[in-house]
Amino acid sequence: MIRLISTLLIGLSSGAIYALMALALVLVWRSTRVVNFAQAGQAILSTYIGYEVIVHVNNYWLALPIAALAGAVIGALVDAILIRRLSQSTGPSAGIRPVIATLGLLGLISSIVGLIWGNDLKRIPTPVGTHGYTFGHTTIPFSPYNLLIVASAAIVMLLFAIVFQRTNLGLALRASAFAPETARLAGVRVDRTRTIGWAFAGAAGAIAGVMITPQNALSPNSMDLLLVLGFVAAVIGGLDSLIGAGLGGIVLGLGLALILEYVSTSLAFPAAFIVLILVLLVRPQGLLGKLRSRDA
Amino acid sequence: MSGLVVKDLSVSHGAVQAVRNLSFAVAPGSLTAIIGANGAGKTTLLRALTGLKKAESGSAFWNDLSLLGAKPEGLVRAGVVHVADGKSVIPEFTVEENLDLGGLWRRGKKDVALAKSEILQLFPALTTRMKQHAATLSGGERQMVAIGRALMSRPKLLLLDEPSLGLAPKVIANIFDSLNQLRSEFGLTIALVEQNAMSALKVADHGVVINLGELVASGPASQLLADPALRAAYLGF
Repeated sequence: MIRLISTLLIGLSSGAIYALMALALVLVWRSTRVVNFAQAGQAILSTYIGYEVIVHVNNYWLALPIAALAGAVIGALVDAILIRRLSQSTGPSAGIRPVIATLGLLGLISSIVGLIWGNDLKRIPTPVGTHGYTFGHTTIPFSPYNLLIVASAAIVMLLFAIVFQRTNLGLALRASAFAPETARLAGVRVDRTRTIGWAFAGAAGAIAGVMITPQNALSPNSMDLLLVLGFVAAVIGGLDSLIGAGLGGIVLGLGLALILEYVSTSLAFPAAFIVLILVLLVRPQGLLGKLRSRDA
Repeated sequence: MSGLVVKDLSVSHGAVQAVRNLSFAVAPGSLTAIIGANGAGKTTLLRALTGLKKAESGSAFWNDLSLLGAKPEGLVRAGVVHVADGKSVIPEFTVEENLDLGGLWRRGKKDVALAKSEILQLFPALTTRMKQHAATLSGGERQMVAIGRALMSRPKLLLLDEPSLGLAPKVIANIFDSLNQLRSEFGLTIALVEQNAMSALKVADHGVVINLGELVASGPASQLLADPALRAAYLGF
C-alpha cells in the first residue's frame, strides 16, 4: 500500500512539472495557433539565467522568480520580434512558417547557450531536502523538494486560473485566443494581448525548467525530453484548455510512475508515446470536451 | 465634410470586385439603411470601412478621420464601431463577459459601468441572462448582446451588418426600434446594412441601394419606399 502511495506521490511531482510545460505550450497554441518547439530553448535559457543568480548570490528563492521573469521577457520577445511578423505572412505555406521558425529558434538558442555556458552539466542545488519523508520505519522517495514542486505548480496554476477567469486581462486573453476578429472589433489590441500570452507561457516554461533541473542537471539540450512530455500532456488535455494541460500533466506523471514502478523502467517512455498516439486516434479533443475547454 | 463620406470606393473579395466606385454619405445623427441583395457587396463594404479588409481605391472618411488603412481596434477608440453579422458574439463567454469585452480598452471605469446599465435599460431581456453563456441565447438576444457590446465603447458611428438575419419579424421590429431610440436619444449615427429592405427603410431616414457592388439609388427612405420601379427591381416587395 505504501509502495503504491509513494509511487503516486512521485508521479504527482513529475506530473506537476509536465503540467507546467504543457501549460506553456497550450497558452501559445491557443493564442497564436503555433506549436512552439522553441519553448524548450526558452526554458533552457531562463534556467541558465536562474543558474547564474544562484552562482552569484546563492539564493534559490531569488533565482526562481528571476528565471520566471526572464522566461516571460524571452517569450514576449520571441512573439514580438518573430512570430507576429511570420503570422501575418500569406501564401500556401503561411500556416507552417511560424512553427518551422520555432524549430530553428530552438536550435539557435541551444547553440548560443552552449557557446556561453559550455556543454558540461551544471547543477542547481535544491532549497529544501531531497531525502524522502520517513513514516515509522519506511522512507518513501517523496521528499520535501517534491512537495515544493507540487506546491509551486499548484500556485502557478491557481494564479493563471484567477488571471484568466477573473480579470479583464484574462477576458482579453481568452477573446484574443478564441475570437480574434471579434476581439479587435471590440477594441482589444489582439497583437499585444497575444504577446502577453507568450510572456505567461515563457514564465510557466521557465519555472518547469528550474524545477526539473536538480534531477536532470542542466545542459544546452537537457529539456528536450521535457518538451516532448509537455506536448504529450497538452494533447492528453485537449491542447486548447489550461485545466486540461494541468490534468494531462498529472495523468501522464502518474501513468509513467506506475509503469516505472510496477512494469519496467525501460517501458515508461515508449508508453508515453503510445499514450500520445492513442489519445490522438481515439480522443483527439483530449480529456476535456470542446466547449468546456474554452473557459480557462 | 462631416458624417460618413465614402467616395469612389472599390474593394475586391478574392477575384471578384465586390464594391465598385461606390459613393454615398451618411449624415451625422441619421440612420441610413444600405440595402442590397445577398452578394451585393454589403459585408465587404463594411469590412473595408472598419479596417478588416483592404480597399483598392477611393476614400472613406468619418468626419476628418480616414477609415481606409486604419485598424479596427484603433477605429473603436475613435468612436467607429462595427457589429459584424451573426458571429460578433462569443458563444463560450457569458453575456456579461461579452458586454465587458467592449469596455476593456476604456479608462473611465465609472462610465463603463454606466454604459452597461444603460444597455440593460435598452435591452431589459438581458438583465436576467448576464451569467448565462451566450450560446444559450435566442438569435434576438444575441443580436442585443452584439449591439450592447458595441455600445460599451460609447460609439459615435455604429456600423451594423444585417442585424435582422435569421430573426422573426417581431424581434426584428424590436431591434430596429432600439436602433431608432439610440439615434434619437444618444445622437448616434447609424449605418445599417440590410437585405431586409422593407423593415430597414421603414426605420431609416435615408436609404442607399446597391447591386453587384454599384450604387443603384440613394435618397430619403420614404422616397425609395415609394418608388415602384425600385421596389420591383431591387427591394423585392
